[in-house]
Amino acid sequence: MAQSGTLMGFVHRRRRGAELFLLVIALVVGIGAYAAVGIGVEGKVPADIVGYGGGLAALVIAAHVVVRLVAPYADPVLLPVVAALNGLGLAVIHRLDLAYEASGIKHDYAQQQLIWMTVGVVLFIGTLLLLRDHRVLQRFTYTSGLVAIGLLLLPMLPGIGRTINGARIWIHLGPFSFQPGEVAKVLLVVAFAGYLVLHRDALALAGRRVVFVDLPRGRDLGPILGMWLVSLGILVFQSDLGSSLLFFGLFLVTLYVATERPGWLVVGGLLFLAGATLAYRLVPHVGQRVDVWLHPFNYYDKNPGSFQPVEAQFGMGWGGLIGRGFGNGSPERVPYANSDFILSSIGEELGLTAVIAVILLYGLVVERALRAALISRDPFGKLLATGLAAIFTLQVFVVIGGVTGLIPLTGLTTPFLSYGGSSLVANWVIIALLIRISDQARRPVPDLSGEDDTDADLESTQVVRMT
Amino acid sequence: MSELTLFLIRIAYLAILWIFVLSAISVIRSDMFGARVPEAARGAAPRGAKPPKPSKAPPKRRGSPTHVLVTAGSNTGERAELDQAPILIGRGTDAAIRLDDDYVSTRHARIAASGDQWFVEDLGSTNGTYIGSVRITQPTTLTLGTQVRIGKTILELRK
Repeated sequence: MAQSGTLMGFVHRRRRGAELFLLVIALVVGIGAYAAVGIGVEGKVPADIVGYGGGLAALVIAAHVVVRLVAPYADPVLLPVVAALNGLGLAVIHRLDLAYEASGIKHDYAQQQLIWMTVGVVLFIGTLLLLRDHRVLQRFTYTSGLVAIGLLLLPMLPGIGRTINGARIWIHLGPFSFQPGEVAKVLLVVAFAGYLVLHRDALALAGRRVVFVDLPRGRDLGPILGMWLVSLGILVFQSDLGSSLLFFGLFLVTLYVATERPGWLVVGGLLFLAGATLAYRLVPHVGQRVDVWLHPFNYYDKNPGSFQPVEAQFGMGWGGLIGRGFGNGSPERVPYANSDFILSSIGEELGLTAVIAVILLYGLVVERALRAALISRDPFGKLLATGLAAIFTLQVFVVIGGVTGLIPLTGLTTPFLSYGGSSLVANWVIIALLIRISDQARRPVPDLSGEDDTDADLESTQVVRMT
Repeated sequence: MSELTLFLIRIAYLAILWIFVLSAISVIRSDMFGARVPEAARGAAPRGAKPPKPSKAPPKRRGSPTHVLVTAGSNTGERAELDQAPILIGRGTDAAIRLDDDYVSTRHARIAASGDQWFVEDLGSTNGTYIGSVRITQPTTLTLGTQVRIGKTILELRK
């Protein structure tokens, strides 16, 4: 049917010009934010604006040129949106650096973030150059699943693992610290997609029907269930609640999309409710998070208490509709304002207007990912894009919901905005994969069949013989 | 910096942010509704403009078909040049090959080029389009001499 679609005349254009146009505006967003921070905080445009802007522009243009060369039909919106978010995040982190500096502690989070962004863009380019066809990843279904579990186990090793803020999710190698979970998350999506694409028919059709849900056979669901339980168990053991929620959601969504059985969502929802209630009663850490969420002001001056989320809400309330302006708020009052709570800094200094814009940008990324999944011609690409979209959505929802007080707070990074190298790098790779899938999906069909003329001829000879 | 300047900078920045969001949305919009290219233009222009394979229009090649010929049925001998692709086949007055055949629908089938290959596509006809004994459900490749049966009529590509 996809073929009939192309013959009906629906052809995707390349739109690289549109991408370049959007990238220029994205750079204005990023560099403009940096300039506005300088003007707001120090009263003048920062001296290094040319160098900073040049660096940012060079990174973004390099990414664009590579996309132009190796993925000419890729989606034109993904890269600019991500570049704008990253630029805005850098500026806000820089603004917080200045605030910390004013209070006597010098930090260079923004510089480190820029270095990580460079690493991210290099990996983005590398992914696009090395991975010419995303279907290659399907060969590494089990490998990536095992590697993901291995990565998740790394922080438990006594030598290199570290416990930071109660979660044992870090590894330290020399001067570098890294959260292997962020990479594991991408690998798990590949593993889920690769496995489910082969077994989805068996999962959907074979098996017994219990109440209103078709339960699949154990041998079909077993491997993936095991992989998932292990990763979930590790995360719970490391008390990294946000990531466990992420993986649980990812598992449900990919299973639902692969089998087209809404029953999975019902079962998953019930399991989630049961697990959440159990955790609330039994795990003190979780119970306290929920109490803080329900009655934030009762715990304001307690320890551990609700100082952080309440300060964030004060900040966002003070920011109001259009914010205080860069330099006129005090976002540094919120602990970890530059990582988990970066959205409250944006809410305080740029107001609801900017927060809505940021959420919309995330929405656009997810929309483009799902669109790539819809028009993708191979089932593995569909599932991979859906999985990546799901993990992105869940992460944004969990962290923004937590910061704004919609749901209990769990620590996760805001993709592309937050300070944090591992998350930034992993997200750039996610975008590279999405661009690769969308390039394959939007490429016109004859381009693929026309690669080798001899094959096409052979096929048509067979048609003649049949007549 | 005066209060007013800072206020203006803030408003200007928010405006830039929203301009970006809106232009991203407008690119998506044009991507959704602007991608439909007319069949004729699609056959010629984008193919020729493709850098890796500067393949000319199909008829230039030696041995490639130049016209469609009706070889059996009430309109035997009628033909249509492939230059005018896509070629509409049916009983309607707008069809490039008009067939006086009771088993043919008004807009029955279409022959179109994709790359240097020719396809026949059924346009939702009542009695179907057949290649050999197989009723086609999706665009199917045509080569020289492949017999396409529509009602009581048989067409094929000829040099």
